[in-house]
Amino acid sequence: MTIRFEDPNRPNSYIGRTVPRPNAGRLVKGRGRYVDDILLPRMVHVAFVRSPYAHARIAAIETSQAKSLSGVLAVFTGRDLAEVCTPWEGRLAHLEGMKTPPQHPLAVERACWVGEPVVAVVGRTRADAEEGAAMVEIEFEALPAVTDIRTALDPETPVIHEAFGDNLCFRKTNEKGEVDRIFAEAHTVVEESFKTARHTGVTLEPRVILADWSEAEGEMTVHVSNQAPHMLQVLLASHLGIPESGVRVICGDVGGSFGVKVHVYPDEVATAAIAKILGRPVKFSSDRLEAFTSDIHARDHEATGRIALDETGRILAFDVDDWTGIGPYSIYPRTSAVEGLQVTNLIGGPYEFDHYRCRTSVVFQNKGICAQYRAVGHPVAVAITEGLVDKAAAQMGLDPVEIRRRNLIRDDAYPRTTAAGLKLEALSHHKSLDALIEAMDYEALRSEQASLREKGVHRGIGIASFIELTNPSPFMYGIGGARISAQDGCTVRMDPDGSVVALTGVTEQGQGTEAITAQIVAEAVGVSPGMVRIVTGDTRVTPFGGGTWASRGAGIGGEAALQAGRAVRGQVLAVAAAMLQANAKDLDIRDGIVVDAGTGAERMPLAEIGRIVYFRGDTLPKGLPRELMQTRHFLTSDYPYAFTNGVQASYVEVDAETGFVKLLKHWCVEDCGRIINPLLVDEQIRGGIVQGLGAALFEEICYDEAGQLLNGTMADYLVPMSGEMPDMIIRHVETPTAESELGAKGAGEAGTAGAPAAVMNAINDAIRPLGGSVTHMPFTPERVLRAIGAIGK
Amino acid sequence: MTDTFRNRIDLEMTVNGEPIELTVPAARHLIDLLRTDLGLTGSHAGCEHGVCGACTVIVDGETVRGCLTLAAQLQGAEIWTVEGLTESGAIADLQKAFVERNALQCGFCTPGMLASAKVLIERDAVPSREGIREHMSGNYCRCTGYEAIVDAIETTLRGRAGGDAR
Ligand code: FES
Ligand code: FES
Repeated sequence: MTIRFEDPNRPNSYIGRTVPRPNAGRLVKGRGRYVDDILLPRMVHVAFVRSPYAHARIAAIETSQAKSLSGVLAVFTGRDLAEVCTPWEGRLAHLEGMKTPPQHPLAVERACWVGEPVVAVVGRTRADAEEGAAMVEIEFEALPAVTDIRTALDPETPVIHEAFGDNLCFRKTNEKGEVDRIFAEAHTVVEESFKTARHTGVTLEPRVILADWSEAEGEMTVHVSNQAPHMLQVLLASHLGIPESGVRVICGDVGGSFGVKVHVYPDEVATAAIAKILGRPVKFSSDRLEAFTSDIHARDHEATGRIALDETGRILAFDVDDWTGIGPYSIYPRTSAVEGLQVTNLIGGPYEFDHYRCRTSVVFQNKGICAQYRAVGHPVAVAITEGLVDKAAAQMGLDPVEIRRRNLIRDDAYPRTTAAGLKLEALSHHKSLDALIEAMDYEALRSEQASLREKGVHRGIGIASFIELTNPSPFMYGIGGARISAQDGCTVRMDPDGSVVALTGVTEQGQGTEAITAQIVAEAVGVSPGMVRIVTGDTRVTPFGGGTWASRGAGIGGEAALQAGRAVRGQVLAVAAAMLQANAKDLDIRDGIVVDAGTGAERMPLAEIGRIVYFRGDTLPKGLPRELMQTRHFLTSDYPYAFTNGVQASYVEVDAETGFVKLLKHWCVEDCGRIINPLLVDEQIRGGIVQGLGAALFEEICYDEAGQLLNGTMADYLVPMSGEMPDMIIRHVETPTAESELGAKGAGEAGTAGAPAAVMNAINDAIRPLGGSVTHMPFTPERVLRAIGAIGK
Repeated sequence: MTDTFRNRIDLEMTVNGEPIELTVPAARHLIDLLRTDLGLTGSHAGCEHGVCGACTVIVDGETVRGCLTLAAQLQGAEIWTVEGLTESGAIADLQKAFVERNALQCGFCTPGMLASAKVLIERDAVPSREGIREHMSGNYCRCTGYEAIVDAIETTLRGRAGGDAR
């Protein structure tokens, strides 16, 4: 049986509807259970002494004063923990030539960034632990710090990890066609430099972990605010020498993640190691300064790019040189090379052209570690691509919409492989652009812009098309040897009264995993979503899975849920057929009742089947299978990734006197394949857009030349507030993937991918008549004023 | 005036309508008093330096930052947190609007949002959308992008205005 998605009146038609999230009612009452809310008997707290130097040798550590405090129970150095915990290296075998040194939970000989944990102090309360941490004296010998990206490989620059001989972590060039010839001969060549600032995720709940070791049971239980419980389970097991089945990772309510909480952090591993040594529950709650210095950072790319076009405005080639600094270590286990790698894959992604070159150079620095954060690489690649396209359009006198119409890959030209080597199944750039133009009433907006311009009001419209990588296969990490699961699983169980429990390997961080899984299982089994209870985030009970990353929850976890629900339905119908002396394929389940598929006549409630199977199985034919609990796993295999596409537009007003940019309105048309819950998709996109708007206008982690972090509070690292944000119009085109029956692709990162480029193009559209342009994010008033020459360069 | 400095203080206050007496360290902040001493974990600490608004609660009818308010300032105060506001039904319409509009994702900011919004929806004047955005600018949300929150508050305001006979 296949689901007739096109028929909204089909029975049990929950997929595609806005149904409320089961967990929202609890959270809105303040009944969340975030890790810091959990108190365990005998629990103690750990605080970390972190390096105040960007690069320093650790000469001596004096802990006796700290130990003498009555509230301090223990103090650990890097050498202490190295005895119980093996170091790790964030490397992937398929990223050729990649280098990164071993990293320990606490720095052993050297500290390599400001904020690296060096000593751990355990106290009865968090205040005791912090007081103890303040009493630890560490003698540091300062070493020269490497902070600049572009000079990191110069011979006169000191080398951070001597054994490597240079500061290069990874370099890759993706090249196709005859780039040099095309650029030499092209009618129009446009060049530009771009910068995306260093960001961090700023989850409203800082990172937090509570680890407990039971010597008697040989079991480590870890409550942690994390996106990938099974990944953490296997990695903690391997580094702490415990069988994987002896590590239980529980991710209950998570207060925002965005990729920040999908990595292995030294302070979290240290907490688990200390729990193992002490044999009691140990909690680490990061404060906000620790979040800024030790949560992963991202972006921090500098690039120069050029685009070649023929006389009709047809794009012929892209050529981009991208540089990024990733801190002193590559993140474990995903590596810090992936953001640069994505840039080499995604430049020019929406467009038709044959000649391509993009090189990324990933260098070490003495700053915080950069890694995967929402929309990995996409905002960088989209800004470079769309910035070049708009600049070319302006130079050739083409409207930004027109140049895109001429160059976007045709909607009927799939499947295809791009010049960068991406395999695309089916996208809808033109349909999406049409929908965008209509939603924003482009022509009317242009005339409003023109008439306001005469009155000295500088408004601009910016457009950005993009593709987004979702539903990754093992091609992303698995083939590189990382124990990161691309498959996911779901177990669906019918209880005796006919209600259903589904356990999924995908996790919930507020995006709505529980809601969509309930919808899918409800439709697959044939019960109402209110009868389905979802369990996520507990490695002891959920099927082994990858968790939440790369917009995979709906597409991969959702398909597993659909298949598992289907399997339970099949079993129920087999039992019902035996009980009713009917043929299973003539029966259906609708709203919890077995019915005649043809007439809809009610035959038997699920509760009766539950009663017989669980309590009077003796009345069923011997040997009749009656497992009303089924597990299915799903893995994408036809394509390495399911790409989605979309287009965003931003409407801004620039104050030429103050340089302030006011966001007036924002639009996004997105094609994430089959939509399971329209409201949740829209809100994922809105939330993602606002993170992208923050990137465009506000967000920037600043370090000085010595590698000191300059803005470690929420008052100094600016994230969007409600007063500055625009209303956002969201529209959809639906091109389901044929890889799964569900047809869903991801939607979590599209907003963040495209918004910065749309704003950049809008600002440049506004200030073009004043001369100058901005391409270095964030577009602060100062940068805008410098661009238009109102203040000196 | 005592002649020795006291590092613990005795407090009497009303929390969520219940009289409370307790002794806490002198440096105790309200957010820790609520979360640690009273087990009211609905209010959250996001920054502990007065910016994010996750710790917003209502003291004597006004919103305060739980992370900046010292417990010592609260002798005799009347404090309401999300737990009490939920049980009293005072913001049931607002909470319903939040759920229906999906104005929360991870939910970490939500208790603080609700406290800030409560003060707004109880004012006489019905603010504009910009007014709502402005009022809520002391509460950060990293998940929703704010529009759904503004919508939910607007819906609640309209509902209250419509149900009001004046
Ligand atoms: S925790 Fe109080 S304002 Fe952030
Ligand atoms: S819902 Fe997550 S911070 Fe607001």
